[in-house]
Amino acid sequence: MLSNQSVAEEIVKKFGDDVYDFEEPFGLLTLTTTREQIIPMLEYLKNHSDFKIGFLTDITGVHFPDTTPATEYCVVYHLHSFIHNFRIRIKVFLAEADLHIPTVSEVYASANWMERETFDFFGIIFDGHPNLTRILNMEEMDYHPMRREYPLEDPTRQDKIDALFGR
Amino acid sequence: MTEANIAKTNSGTLVKDESVQYVNELTTLNLGPTHPATHGIFQNVLTMDGEKIIAGEQTVGYIHRAFEKIAERRPFYQITTLTDRMNYCSSPINNMGWHMTVEKLLGVEVPKRAQYIRVIMMELARIADHIVCNGILGVDTGAFTGFLYIYEYREKIYEIYEEMCGARLTTNMGRVGGMERDLSKEAIRKINEFLKTFPPILKEFERLFNRNRIFMDRTIGVGGISAERAMSYGFTGPNLRAAGVDYDVRVMNPYSSYEDFKFDIPVGQHGDTYDRFMVRNEEIWQSLSIIEQAMKNLPEGPHFADAPEYYLPPKQEVYRSMEALIYHFKIVMGEIDAPVGEVYHAVEGGNGELGFYLISDGGRTPYRLHFRRPCFIYYQAYPEMCVGSTISDAIVTMSSLNVIAGELDA
Repeated sequence: MLSNQSVAEEIVKKFGDDVYDFEEPFGLLTLTTTREQIIPMLEYLKNHSDFKIGFLTDITGVHFPDTTPATEYCVVYHLHSFIHNFRIRIKVFLAEADLHIPTVSEVYASANWMERETFDFFGIIFDGHPNLTRILNMEEMDYHPMRREYPLEDPTRQDKIDALFGR
Repeated sequence: MTEANIAKTNSGTLVKDESVQYVNELTTLNLGPTHPATHGIFQNVLTMDGEKIIAGEQTVGYIHRAFEKIAERRPFYQITTLTDRMNYCSSPINNMGWHMTVEKLLGVEVPKRAQYIRVIMMELARIADHIVCNGILGVDTGAFTGFLYIYEYREKIYEIYEEMCGARLTTNMGRVGGMERDLSKEAIRKINEFLKTFPPILKEFERLFNRNRIFMDRTIGVGGISAERAMSYGFTGPNLRAAGVDYDVRVMNPYSSYEDFKFDIPVGQHGDTYDRFMVRNEEIWQSLSIIEQAMKNLPEGPHFADAPEYYLPPKQEVYRSMEALIYHFKIVMGEIDAPVGEVYHAVEGGNGELGFYLISDGGRTPYRLHFRRPCFIYYQAYPEMCVGSTISDAIVTMSSLNVIAGELDA
């Protein structure tokens, strides 16, 4: 059984200053790294003789507008070790001006569509992706709908005032 | 054919022309978006050499309904109806997975009885899901009989749903903090009757298929995937277990008292269509055993948690007591703020690990909600699984993967 403490210590030993913001929300080890380190990190966790964190559960994006310093977008990776039943969450923050992150589809085949989905909804560009096109929305769409600035309802509607409903 | 040849043929002189070169021409074939064998709306553009598939590409998103975006504007109760519409073959699992995610965030402890009722409902949903998949797999291989036998019992499960929540397909079952209603007498009678009458039919269904020569020829070695590739492609659930990896969320990260029940994880060896069929069949037996255990050991007590701020009060109390009315109003209008937090909760859905990644910023709605939909993740392996086989094999492979369009597109 791996403990959050021991895994975190090993990762710090290996990556030093490139990993930070360690947290444990609801017992799930969460850490932040840089985009340069994301592929080495996943490979390290996958090939490590003790950890064997070799299953990519999920990739998704989150948008935090108006953050300072400018790190508006976050790519979240959830990984799982079937052998030790250990889960870990890795975050990479990106600035809106430079939304590039290397693709991990070389490491995990499942990342292909997850990254396409993240690109589709947030406009995060995964460098080196074999086919970075929209997946759930239509090709002609010229915006990325999960960004916070795109309202859910038609903003020009006059008959429905959100303030009246406490929204 | 060259132009000269066509002219020759049109004029009626059908002489063998040695100069004609028959090139191996590749054909592009659209399987879907609406095709009876895709069981949902998604397209596969297959490149064919004769009857052999040499490449494939999927187009998905035909029924994308922006659930994640909608969820950012809805209070927690209103999101339950969105989860229904993902894997509509086993909606109670989705509903309860969502409720458990919210409970985890809120720190609500659910009483044992509610947890057991949830287990019963989720296992019934799993049976319904596997019945659909395996029954239709039979239809796709040309065996309609089994489907007709077994589908009657999906109807019986829907009748149990009706007892528990009033709905059949999009169930919206349960509440944050427990169940909406306790198992009624009628529900208990129906579940017991189901447990008694379903096993013989399932036996008969298995007798029709398991050692059926035609069925075996159509499915063994078709659409196989190795354990390594399956893991790399993010397979979970019965499809991963058919490839030989015994990963089951119910065992690895037990939720809702699954640790109280004894059941096996069936695994396959080759990850082919036959193994997937057999794993699902065996899972139905295991689910039946879980329901039986839960019915036998059903604890006494309340069927909802003592969390008035989050649990919708019973309707009769809303009419009588002021407090219940206030809470009812606040919950329905979404006036209750959730604590700040970041949760990932996974349940074993019909198709695999159904995950909910929820970020709350302390408001009435989630800041961000992401659904980890097993279908979406494993469907990308489909071209790799059917390249080199024929169209009829591709149909069977797709059918046994149990791709549900609602879950695929969210």
